Amino acid sequence: MDTESTYSGYSYYSGRSRGSHRHGERSRDRHKPRSKDSRSEKSVTINTPPAEPLLGDSAVRGEQIQDDNWGETTTAVTGTSEHSLSQEDIVRITKDLEDSVGLDCRRYFTLTLAVILGLLVFLTPLAFLVLPHLLWPEKLQSCGTACEGLFISVAFKLLILLLAVWALFFRPPRAGLPRIFVFRALLAVLVLLFVISYWLFYGVRILDSQDENYQGIVQYAVSLVDALLFIHYLAIVLLELRQLQPSFSLCVTRSTDGETRHYNLGQLSIQRAALAILEHYYCDFSVHNPALLSASKSRAAKHLAGLKVYNVDGPGNNAAAGLAHSQSRAMIAAAARRRDSSHNELYYEEAEHDRRVRKRRARLVVAVEEAFTHIKRMQEEEQKKAPGDVMDPREAAQAIFPSMARALQKYLRTTKQQHCHSMESIQQHLAFCITNNMTPKAFLESYLTPGPTLQYSRDRWLARQWTLISEASVTSGLKDGTVFLLKCVDFSLVVTSKKIPYIQMSEEYIDPKSHKFVLRLQSETSV
Amino acid sequence: MAFVPGQPVTAVVQRIEIKKLRCNDNLILGFSIGGGIDQDPMQNPFSGDKTDKGVYVTRITPGGPADVAGLKMGDKIMQVNGWDMTMMTHDQARKRLTKKKEDVVRLLVTRKSLQDTVNHSKCPYYKNHDNPNEVLK
Repeated sequence: MDTESTYSGYSYYSGRSRGSHRHGERSRDRHKPRSKDSRSEKSVTINTPPAEPLLGDSAVRGEQIQDDNWGETTTAVTGTSEHSLSQEDIVRITKDLEDSVGLDCRRYFTLTLAVILGLLVFLTPLAFLVLPHLLWPEKLQSCGTACEGLFISVAFKLLILLLAVWALFFRPPRAGLPRIFVFRALLAVLVLLFVISYWLFYGVRILDSQDENYQGIVQYAVSLVDALLFIHYLAIVLLELRQLQPSFSLCVTRSTDGETRHYNLGQLSIQRAALAILEHYYCDFSVHNPALLSASKSRAAKHLAGLKVYNVDGPGNNAAAGLAHSQSRAMIAAAARRRDSSHNELYYEEAEHDRRVRKRRARLVVAVEEAFTHIKRMQEEEQKKAPGDVMDPREAAQAIFPSMARALQKYLRTTKQQHCHSMESIQQHLAFCITNNMTPKAFLESYLTPGPTLQYSRDRWLARQWTLISEASVTSGLKDGTVFLLKCVDFSLVVTSKKIPYIQMSEEYIDPKSHKFVLRLQSETSV
Repeated sequence: MAFVPGQPVTAVVQRIEIKKLRCNDNLILGFSIGGGIDQDPMQNPFSGDKTDKGVYVTRITPGGPADVAGLKMGDKIMQVNGWDMTMMTHDQARKRLTKKKEDVVRLLVTRKSLQDTVNHSKCPYYKNHDNPNEVLK
């Protein structure tokens, strides 16, 4: 029995404050229909120390139906709880494993290629300068002033090239794309060809003939470095500048709940556009909540289960396809004629749900505001005077958490968000808010509205591995009307692109002196 | 009463002769005018066509010379003593009416009820058919 668990502290508080309501709550819980237990309730994490994010279920208790009971006296949570993995978690683990291995291989391969190319590029001018001294030092003309000036220029240009290449290319990779990055590959090939052609020329005309004009050789090396800087400029334009000007508007819709956003992107290949959209997805879209879809699924099931089609004409009919066709037509016609009152149910259910959410929210806001009044930041002078019951933020959070825990838990359960927040994360957030002098409203903000996916911890994203599904080749550019899908395990993002129209603007000149006004007269004269 | 540009204006008119009344040193007619080509025709409450910039009678002094002569409020003045009033500024119209040397002014005025009367008297089937008695240039 872990008597020193974090639960023991506040069980004392909640017992005192809510003694009379306890049993009533329990019996109400018991009467709740068990069929309401959706997938989300099963995947709640009870954080026994140490917290393990992959472990889904908690123990099934005899008398308690709800799994996450961190808001109530938790005499039941002990170290003997069963841990079990749900099917989704297993799938997720295996996928993570096999993907990480594949990705690393490709990443290291491209990294080594890039390093080799870079070394080749940097050492080539130095080799051009050093080789004559090594191979035919006695025939070589001495290096005059102009020539030595060129040494300085080579050195600085190489330094600038080094910094520029480091800035542009040696950044931590953002993602692993399915196909190669076409522009980078083209640039690498261009650089390689370039350097090879320079080496060819050098080898044939200078090494073979053992040219004595050292200044010419140094100038040749300088021209190589200049050309490399220009290729780097080309790289910047192709890789960074070309897609800055927005020319497509992409509409991204999530397939499960229809949340839609629009983004403006420049001319990109489909895979790079998909990458940009995914980066925006994590920042803008609210977190995917599968618990919110259960209502529409049950409605759809009810529609399907309504009618059954019987074939009374006997088996000697047309082909099976025609039979199925006529069957489905009959079902559709019957469904259209049936007087369905499910819209009524939906309306009242939604109204009731809104009312319940609002009531719980009101209780939550009041509870949190009251909880925040229990603690006060201690000033510097007071610290020396009363070193009595001083707490750091985490202890303060743990002290006031029990008074609001129940209201928060009920609210999260009503809005079906309870699997997004664990007790540990809530206490952490509370400590954070207390440290930064935030008001109760600021503390509640992250629970009242579902925030973007990034706000939650990694294991609650439900969106880690993405597959790009496209009819056009993923390295081809975006066009007007391109449609592609970004599929993940639970949902997919449908992306359509539209071209931003060409704007023809004309000019009209207005002379500032041409603004003249006249009064509207309506006079009446008596004669 | 609307006019088509370039075509002669046609209207059913009534002749009204007003004798000016001498009051102190002034000759007064006993009505007020509004409108004119320099005025805003949209403010005219009496005109059927709100682009009509003609001169209209806006007020009649009860018992005055105009009232006695039969001038009604809302009449459009087409001619004053033979002078055309349909294309006049407000001030020019006022001057035409208040010439000190004239004691009597003979007006040609038009109103909608005149046209309706003519239509009814001709034939009960005629509705909104323009069949004028007088053609004005």
